[in-house]
Amino acid sequence: MTADTPVTFRLRRFDPTTQQEPVWEDFTIPYTAGMTVLDGLRTIKETLAPSLAWRSSCRMGVCGSCGMFINGHPRLACNTQITELGTSSVTVAPLPNFAIIRDLVPDLRPMFDAHAALMPHIIREDTQEMQEPTGEYYQSSHQLEQFLQFTYCIKCGCCMAACPTMATDPAYSGPMPLAQSHRYNSDTRDGGFAARKQVLATEQGPWKCHFAGECSQACPKGVDPARAIQLMKRQMVMDYFRLYTQPCPSKVVPRSTEVNRRPDVPEAPAPTI
Amino acid sequence: MRDQRLWTWHVLAGLVIFVVLGLHMTVMHLDTLVGWFNPAGIKPIAWDSVMQRARLGFFTVSYIVLLGAALFHGLYGLRNILFELGIGTGAKKGLSLVLTAGGVALFAYGAWAAWAAGALAKTL
Amino acid sequence: MLDNKGHPNRLGIWGWLGGGRWGFERYLYTLHRLTGLGLLCYFLLHIFVTSARAFGQDAWAASMGRVSGPPGSARGLFFTVGEFLVFAAFAFHACNGVRLALIELGFAIGKPIEPIYPYRTSVHEQRPLAVVVMVLAGIVLAAGGYNFLFHLTH
Repeated sequence: MTADTPVTFRLRRFDPTTQQEPVWEDFTIPYTAGMTVLDGLRTIKETLAPSLAWRSSCRMGVCGSCGMFINGHPRLACNTQITELGTSSVTVAPLPNFAIIRDLVPDLRPMFDAHAALMPHIIREDTQEMQEPTGEYYQSSHQLEQFLQFTYCIKCGCCMAACPTMATDPAYSGPMPLAQSHRYNSDTRDGGFAARKQVLATEQGPWKCHFAGECSQACPKGVDPARAIQLMKRQMVMDYFRLYTQPCPSKVVPRSTEVNRRPDVPEAPAPTI
Repeated sequence: MRDQRLWTWHVLAGLVIFVVLGLHMTVMHLDTLVGWFNPAGIKPIAWDSVMQRARLGFFTVSYIVLLGAALFHGLYGLRNILFELGIGTGAKKGLSLVLTAGGVALFAYGAWAAWAAGALAKTL
Repeated sequence: MLDNKGHPNRLGIWGWLGGGRWGFERYLYTLHRLTGLGLLCYFLLHIFVTSARAFGQDAWAASMGRVSGPPGSARGLFFTVGEFLVFAAFAFHACNGVRLALIELGFAIGKPIEPIYPYRTSVHEQRPLAVVVMVLAGIVLAAGGYNFLFHLTH
């Protein structure tokens, strides 16, 4: 593809104030070197369709805003080079399995609701220590490796769009909430497995995942939600046979008394809340 | 809870079926290659073969185990597929009831037939 | 704040059939469902057909007569081919089922890693197992096919 080669964007347009159903619209723009799908959308909005709506922010694959259905695959628009698609015809639709708010903007609220329901945060009994820390929670690098991969999730929703169960079942939590729940269950600083289990043992758990593996294929950050979900199932089966108890949350390592603050480094200001 | 329990038994039932149905398929459909448990030496579905196997308590027990495991595994799989179509809570409850009742009824009938065949074989 | 529910956009059953543009595990998932449903339908009828043995030899012969035909007839061929398809569905569903049992209990999918490109996801890690399982299913299918042909021709 050379500079000025025409690239045709087939975009799914939907204006809820004037339309009942989404429609396809074609736009042709010249290719520029290094053009991503997001660059193309910007050019179309600037020159051809000022009302085109989509979500984007960082344009470098870390915020998770620009997940879209590009040539039949859920991808990040900022991370998808036109040349990577191997064609000068680019079809862009909003992420499937989410309702469409407008044009390329999906309604991600069900995903975030499912996420919140699975308690994606550290749960411990020592709330005093969490509010006013006296030291660090101990964690070895080996313990970190057990869940580090799952922390790279940017909540873009591409895995949810790729999942075959999400295609038909609104009650399924989905790969992202389940993978994030497992991220916290495997974190040695966390003591919340018993609380999360109350939700995971019901139909909101991983039981409707049948390892089609599409979530891991679609994930732009290598989070591998399929791996997290299968590891979670193993934990849940072991728990069913009473063979699994979550290890005690890691202890606090008090600040060292042997290390002295350098005299030229000022103290931090007192907390104001 | 319920889904955790049902799924775990679904997988275990699958593994049981792999062994027992594997044996059943070997007896019925690999008879020319392996020739297990075909004492009459004719087609596995011939009356004499069927009765000679029915006489063995091992077969009666295996058939009943296979029946139970396969009914649970299959009907839970069907329940999963239908639930994933996004049906309402009332429909889910009704479906669970119908599948459970149907499964229990079929198991009762099939287990009786296996036992009765064994009893008949012993009189011949 | 958003007050409309948005336009529905789920893929529906087509979302189950999305194989071809993705990994071959997506095909295996769809085929596992189809073979499972086929086997269940056959099995429910099978309970009634085979329970005839409890009622004596005549009942058994009548039941077997209902699910077969004279050698060389179209009816006979239909039932023989149908039974072979059931055997094929069993071969696939059983072998793929073992693969799924291993994977869904956390085996053969690898350990969590630092995802430095090019990384191997759980889908790549389990692919050798998927290939082995498909070869095994093929062997079982070939053995069963030979058996069926033998009975057809002798």
